[in-house]
This record gives sequence, C-alpha cells and structure tokens, in this order.
Amino acid sequence: MIDRLLSGDLPRGRVLSFLVLAVVLALALAPILFPGQRNLDVAARICVFIVLVASYDLLLGYTGIVSFAHTMFFGIGAYGVAIASVRLGTGWDALAIGLIAALSLSAALALAIGLFSLRVRAIFFAMVTLAVASAFQILASQLSWLTGGEDGLTFRIPAVLTPGFRLSEEPILGVMITGRTLLYWGVFLVSASLFLVMLRMVNAPFGRVLQAIRENDFRAEALGYRTVVYRTSASVLSALIATLAGAMMALWLRYNGPATTLSFSIMVDILLMVVIGGMGSLYGAILGATLFILAQNYLQDLMKQAAAATQGVPLLPELLHPDRWLLWLGVLFVLSVYFFPSGIVGRLRGVER
Amino acid sequence: MTDAPILESRDLTIRFGGHAAVDGVSCAFSRGTLTAIVGPNGAGKTTYFNLISGQLPATAGQVLLAGEDITRLPAPRRARLGVGRAFQLTNLFPNLSVFENVRLAAQARAGAGLSLFRRADRLTDLADKAMACLERVALAGRREALAATLPHGDQRKLEVAIMLALEPRIFMFDEPTAGMSVDEVPVILDLIRRIKAEGDKTILLVEHKMDVVRSLADRIVVLHNGRLVADGEPAAVIASKVVQEAYLGVAASDG
Repeated sequence: MIDRLLSGDLPRGRVLSFLVLAVVLALALAPILFPGQRNLDVAARICVFIVLVASYDLLLGYTGIVSFAHTMFFGIGAYGVAIASVRLGTGWDALAIGLIAALSLSAALALAIGLFSLRVRAIFFAMVTLAVASAFQILASQLSWLTGGEDGLTFRIPAVLTPGFRLSEEPILGVMITGRTLLYWGVFLVSASLFLVMLRMVNAPFGRVLQAIRENDFRAEALGYRTVVYRTSASVLSALIATLAGAMMALWLRYNGPATTLSFSIMVDILLMVVIGGMGSLYGAILGATLFILAQNYLQDLMKQAAAATQGVPLLPELLHPDRWLLWLGVLFVLSVYFFPSGIVGRLRGVER
Repeated sequence: MTDAPILESRDLTIRFGGHAAVDGVSCAFSRGTLTAIVGPNGAGKTTYFNLISGQLPATAGQVLLAGEDITRLPAPRRARLGVGRAFQLTNLFPNLSVFENVRLAAQARAGAGLSLFRRADRLTDLADKAMACLERVALAGRREALAATLPHGDQRKLEVAIMLALEPRIFMFDEPTAGMSVDEVPVILDLIRRIKAEGDKTILLVEHKMDVVRSLADRIVVLHNGRLVADGEPAAVIASKVVQEAYLGVAASDG
C-alpha cells in the first residue's frame, strides 16, 4: 500500500523516513496539535511550499534545468484565483474559472519559453526565464486596474472555508472545527496528492528520461530521446503544479499581491529550500521547506528568548537581537551547504549507506 | 547478404572552416556484413561515424539508410530508425546505476519514454532485456554500481551493452577494445562475432589492432586525411601499397 502510494520510491534510511513521517503527521494533525491562527498559517504555508519546492526540483534536481520563472507561475495561480473572485464575485465557479484560466496561461507561457529556448544552452534558458519573469512582475504591478498593483487584491471565498463557519457548535477533540480548519485540510490533502503525483512522475519512464538528460543529454539524444520534448514537458508540468500551489496560497490568504507570490525573494527562498533539502530527491522538498519556513517564522521568537537569556553578557544580546534573524538564517544556509553539499536527504542517505 | 545496401554515404563531406575532416566519402554497406574502418589518427574515422549517426551535420553529400535519405534527420530520429552507436570516448549516464543505463536504452527502443504515470520499475520486459544485455557483456554482477565508479574496461562494456539494448540495425563500434585489459578484449570480440553470426546485422567497426581487423572483417575501408583511399577484401587491402604507406607505415612507427 505505502509502496504503491510512494511509487516504490521510499525515503530510504531510518532517520530520513522518521523525519519525513514526523513532518507529514505534524502537518496532517496541525489543527489539533498546534492550535492557533499563526501556527495554522505556518503549517499551510509549509504545505504549499512543499509542493512549490518539489515542482521546482522537478526542473533543477531531476532535469538539470535552471529556471528563474518559477514564482511567475506561482503568481499566475494566485492572481487567477484572486482576480476571478474579485471580478466574478465570490463563489466556487469563480475559483474554478480563475484556476482554469491560470493553468492555461501558465501552460502556454511555459511551452513558449521551452520551445523557444530549451534547444540551446542552459544559461540562455536561465536568462530568458529571468527576463520573462521580470517583465511579468512589472506588468503585474503596472496593470493595477486588474491586479491591484502593489497593494494586491483582497477577496472573499465561499463561506464554508472561512473562520465564521462552524462544523458543529461543540469542539471536536478539543478543537473548534471552523471553515478555516476545513480549508487547511483541503490544502493539506491537495498538497499531499500533488506530491504523490510528482513522486509517480519521477519514477515513471518519463522521469527516468529526465534524469538521463540531466546526466548526459548528448547520450540521451543518441539513444533516441528528443531532449527538447522532454525538457519542455518537464517545464510545463512543473509550471502547472506551481500554478496550483499559487492558487492554494491565495485561497488560504484570501489575498494576493506581488510581494506574496511574485517577488524574486521568494524565488531565492525556493532555491535555498531545494538546496538545503537536497536536489534530485522530492523528499528534500519536504524537509527543506519545513525547516526553512519554521526558521523564517520562529527564529525571531527563539532569538528574542536567547537575547533575553543572555542579558548582561557583552555583545551577545546584540547579535541575538530578533532584528538579526536574517543574518542567522544566512549563517545557517552557508553552514548547511558547506556540511551537506548534497542536502539533508543526500547526507542522511549517505550516512547509512 | 543482399545486394541493396542498408547504409550508404554519398560524397559525404564536413568542413570545419577550410579543413575538410571528411572529404567526399562514398561508401555502401551491405546488410549482414562487418566492415572495418581503419586509418591513422586524425583520418576522420570518428567524424565519419558522427556524420552517419547524426552527431554532426554534413556540409555536403548524403547518408542513406535502406535507400532513404537521412542526411537532415537529427540524431534521435536516426537512433530510432536503427542506427546504433557505441562511442569511443565513454559516454554514459555517470550517476545512474549500470542497470539503469541499459534500461534507459531498452526503454528508448520500446518508445515508452513519454509515459508519465506508469512505474518504470514495473516494466519487467524492459528490465529483463536490460539484464540480458548486461549478461552478454559479463556485467550482470555490477548492476547496482554507479556507472561512474566502474573501471575503464567495464565502462566500455557498458557502452556496448547500451547499444545492444537499442537493438539497432546498424552497429557502430568506435574502437570498442581501446584501453581494455588483455583478458577483457575477447569478451567484446566474441560479442561482435556473435552479432555478426546473427546474419542480418550490419556492423561498422573502427579499430586499430590489425589482428582484430583481420580476424573479424569481411571488408576493410581505409580513410586517410578524410578521404577514402582503399576499400576491399582484408588481405588485399592490407597488402596494397597505398595502405602500407598511408596507414601501416604510420602504425608501425607508432609501435
């Protein structure tokens, strides 16, 4: 059963399996284990980013394609849902129309970029994605009548998914099950399904060809594989999944703006999560995204406590001041790349081999 | 053996700048024959191979496969039409297992690459075929090793196993035994002999060792400075004056 769900690609390694299982269980039971608006926000963000990071790993880790346009597709999904909800009025039909429009746009863009530039050298593709993504970001903030510009769009979603909705008047297992909780479980289930679908794709004949292309595209061609077709398909699939992740993000926040889904700092975050987790293994996305987003959200709290605890010691409280959290995140990143060049997953698998 | 050539090059030429690396080579290969292509270093043997299997575009001339012009087809198309190639400089998927290297070739042959949701490890016919090919080159015992970790001789064998899994109509071996230890060479030579014995496979072999060429080849083609300078029965070609001067003289001085 588990073997079938995971397409025969188990995490391998006791520590790794344990960590992955722990994260998945914690996310599944987050509304019960970690009540509170903020905790649920973090959990939902982790779910969405696991999908986003895994879909990026499909390109970077499995196929060896460097793209800077991944947040563009993330943003398209989020804008699709947001714009449709604002324009067509709140409702499931608006969400569906927005999502379908977003998926179509993403597929068309990814296909165009792929066919246009994946024939040539990798660096050229990276540059084209950078240019297109920049243009899209500027467009999104300029077309303020449609996108809300820098302020973004706030929209309403069907009432069943809002905090105001109660499944029952009595708490279940000590937790009030609100529309928000239902939405969280929806996000969790969709994320988990998308992850399993990706796991299947990388273990299907298609995914094996992607790895062959990453290893030696010249040889893959000599075997008879049209590498352009495979690279472009991978890039379209990855874009579609990023779009779905974007739609979930917007749905969860009931808001979308350039800084939430389109900005380059998110692109950098995705890169860091892939590298920290471990390229070329989807399980890396689970660990990388979880670790990174936990650090992003709770490092400041930790540091506040640490700064308070070290009051009186010279210099230390200054260094541990919550405003320095980016510095420490940077240090963590450098250390993890230095000590785990193949990511957490590569490291954990290497130890037990 | 049939008379209509399965593979033919007509005035095949490639120029790099002003230099013609392959210069107007016309040559036809009949089905079921083994042709050795010899010549000194830089004669254009590997370049000629690259023109036939599509890694390089011809400047002029034609390549015909079973009478059809394939000159403008890209390498993957030619591979799917049955032009198999084992490279001289080992050309593998370094961080994939030995087994996966061959399985990918079998998968390419089966045209199953675009299947998105079937599990690759459940396609047992491909796995069986890959294992059979590994057994033919005596590499079945190393199936789990990463290709990059194999010793040089084993990498050459793997290169051959990959070509076997493609089940091509044309087998192109580019110095298959170069860099192999003495006891490994017979494995590859036996394999080539067995492919030849199947009767319908056409083999092109670039090889430096004259004893190998003499024992295997039905015919020898000599390239020199990109031109075809001799073509015929092994004994006659080796004895001919032009070859003695152009090739064997050089080979002798090389040691």
